[in-house]
Amino acid sequence: MPLADAVSRFVKDGQTLAMEGFTHLIPFAAGHEVIRQGRRDLMLVRMTPDIIYDQMIGMGCARGVVFSWGGNPGVGSIHRFRDAIQNEWPRPLAIQEHSHADMAGRYQAGASGLPFSVLRGYVGSDLPKHNENIRTIACPFTGEKLAATPAINPDVTVIHAQQADRKGNVLITGIVGIQKEAVLAAKSSIVTVEEVVDDLDAPMNACFIPHWVVNAVCEVPRGAHPSYAHGYYGRDNAFCKSWDAISRERDPFLEWMKNHVLGTRTHGEFMESIGIP
Amino acid sequence: MSYTPSEIMTIEAARRLANGTVCFVGIGLPSAAANLARLTHAPDVVLIYESGTIGAKPDVLPLSIGDGELAEHADTVVSVPEIFRYWLQGGRVDVGFLGAAQVDRFGNINTTVIGGDYAKPRVRLPGAGGAPEIASNAKETWIIIKQTKRSFVAKLDFLTSIGHLEGGDSRARSGARGAGPTAVITDMGVLAPDPVTRELTLVAIHPGITVEEARANTGWDLKVAPNLAMTAAPTDQELATLRELQEKTAKAHGTSAVSE
Repeated sequence: MPLADAVSRFVKDGQTLAMEGFTHLIPFAAGHEVIRQGRRDLMLVRMTPDIIYDQMIGMGCARGVVFSWGGNPGVGSIHRFRDAIQNEWPRPLAIQEHSHADMAGRYQAGASGLPFSVLRGYVGSDLPKHNENIRTIACPFTGEKLAATPAINPDVTVIHAQQADRKGNVLITGIVGIQKEAVLAAKSSIVTVEEVVDDLDAPMNACFIPHWVVNAVCEVPRGAHPSYAHGYYGRDNAFCKSWDAISRERDPFLEWMKNHVLGTRTHGEFMESIGIP
Repeated sequence: MSYTPSEIMTIEAARRLANGTVCFVGIGLPSAAANLARLTHAPDVVLIYESGTIGAKPDVLPLSIGDGELAEHADTVVSVPEIFRYWLQGGRVDVGFLGAAQVDRFGNINTTVIGGDYAKPRVRLPGAGGAPEIASNAKETWIIIKQTKRSFVAKLDFLTSIGHLEGGDSRARSGARGAGPTAVITDMGVLAPDPVTRELTLVAIHPGITVEEARANTGWDLKVAPNLAMTAAPTDQELATLRELQEKTAKAHGTSAVSE
């Protein structure tokens, strides 16, 4: 299915949308398509909001973010995210902040059909004071105090993977992150892939997501750029560094988004516009 | 060979990592020090990154916590829930090695907000990442951080990850596991908690740094151990290995397919 069709069919204003990929396989092309289609009031979920959520927040797609680490890895802050929190630009942003272990557990609970996740977490931390979803329970067997947080069940999860076969089975290799849990926790899911192949030839213990839990598969070569797809292309660290200057001020950011995202129709055109044929 | 304060900080941190230690590594300074240890005296150190890479052996330092470089040479790559559940909360990490924006006298860490209040901060930092559970589940934690009045503060703007809490036995009573911060390695020296009060005390100082300088760069009345040690100057081999690693890293990260 073309990516534009998948986004227009499954991603609606006001939904809870998770886009996952732990530095690796970040679904950039899909994020750009959400921006092009002008989605609004999304509750964005992601362990590591980085450049793609910075773009979506700066373009006014989000009413809130559920996250555990928000930055440009190895570079510094994400300025649009910061501007939204510090100055409510382009609109106020509600934040629900967790730790990585907790976000991972929340997705697992969602994928498992459980109402909440339990962890040995947040001991001594101020985070629970600012997030009513982080609560304490006593172990029913030992009485030990543990942290508990509700399951995440996104309306839609979007991920990027290396390959799918013609039936829509998906194979992820390398750093697998939280993608499988995020797909299984969601009510519907879109997977963009580098390549559709005749036979995945998946090793029997591979990170494999069967076609019958995926709603749409879209072939989008280089769809994770500037993130990477192990075995296909590396992380574009220079782009990630250049994002700092592009996004620092509002006007240059808007200009860049207009030229490269709003002004292009597909991911191929986007890549061409930033000089990658 | 002459060296910078930043280099001796990384080298002194690396020296402390014994061969065979299982170390949960934060990105940036901890990752540089841990890999320097691996490339010098500790070839069998087990480096775990929160992206799920166990036994990572990167050729160049990763820019992000999930670089392909980490997966490529790892013993195994597991999912993010597995790394935090089985390996960290399961109690299998010897040393949690963290960076921070702010640290207080009890080794508590802030990586969340600076100034203002939580809802409307002066500076919004990236946030917790894996640190709260690393700090409360590893057998011990080390912190590597440049020592300034802005980073060594009397009171944190936000407590993200636990150290020795309010000192004394408050950490033990909190339910956190492990010994907490046992070393804070800075560009001026090394601090360790007092055995009773758990207040961070200057126990070693780098060559050329004075106690007065260390005090002037600390936001509280810094205590100094009576038997203050002097850190050994970096050897030529330590410096050469660190610089080679950093040069290789800069070269690898500077390349891009993007035409500016």
